[in-house]
Amino acid sequence: MATTPNKPAAAKTSSKGFVYLPLIAGWLVPGAGHFLLGKWIRGTLLAVSIIAMFALGLAMQGKLYTSAQDILDMLGVAGDLGGGLLYFLSRAAGWGGTPVQTTIADYGTKFIVVAGLLNIIAAVDAHNLRTGRKS
Amino acid sequence: MLHPSHFAAVLLFALFASTVFGITMRDTPPRMFRYGAYCFVLFVGSVIVFSWVMFLIAR
Repeated sequence: MATTPNKPAAAKTSSKGFVYLPLIAGWLVPGAGHFLLGKWIRGTLLAVSIIAMFALGLAMQGKLYTSAQDILDMLGVAGDLGGGLLYFLSRAAGWGGTPVQTTIADYGTKFIVVAGLLNIIAAVDAHNLRTGRKS
Repeated sequence: MLHPSHFAAVLLFALFASTVFGITMRDTPPRMFRYGAYCFVLFVGSVIVFSWVMFLIAR
């Protein structure tokens, strides 16, 4: 059966400029990758969701992982690092509770980690938009 | 310090995560909205179901 070959969508997009810029910008600042590509509404919704989740985590006295003592801490650091500048700024400002002593603080820790992971997904989405893999 | 209830925390988590999932996993705005709503319902629905299961197991 004859089928239409899938042409790479990347061919449709311009190859000018640094192709990883939206990925890096999106990682550093939530939504920035989409802003660079002119996707203002998507970028705003992503930025609001990720920043609000991160801020709520801090407001719940969630812990910011700073060092990896075991495998779970390592995963926590990896998740937190996904927040980009939010994580570095929060660490520099000394925000976040250190030892988790309440249930709410534990929720907060998870909010911060998941905000970082969602930011990575958003940054990869911006990269896919840039390369033309997604429209 | 912010002190949401467990269910309020679930709703906030589901709202933000579903928004990101909807935007990143689908191509067009109507499909994004539908997928986001689907994820939100699954998040909250699964929490309610598992809460009842744990409640019944603990009795």
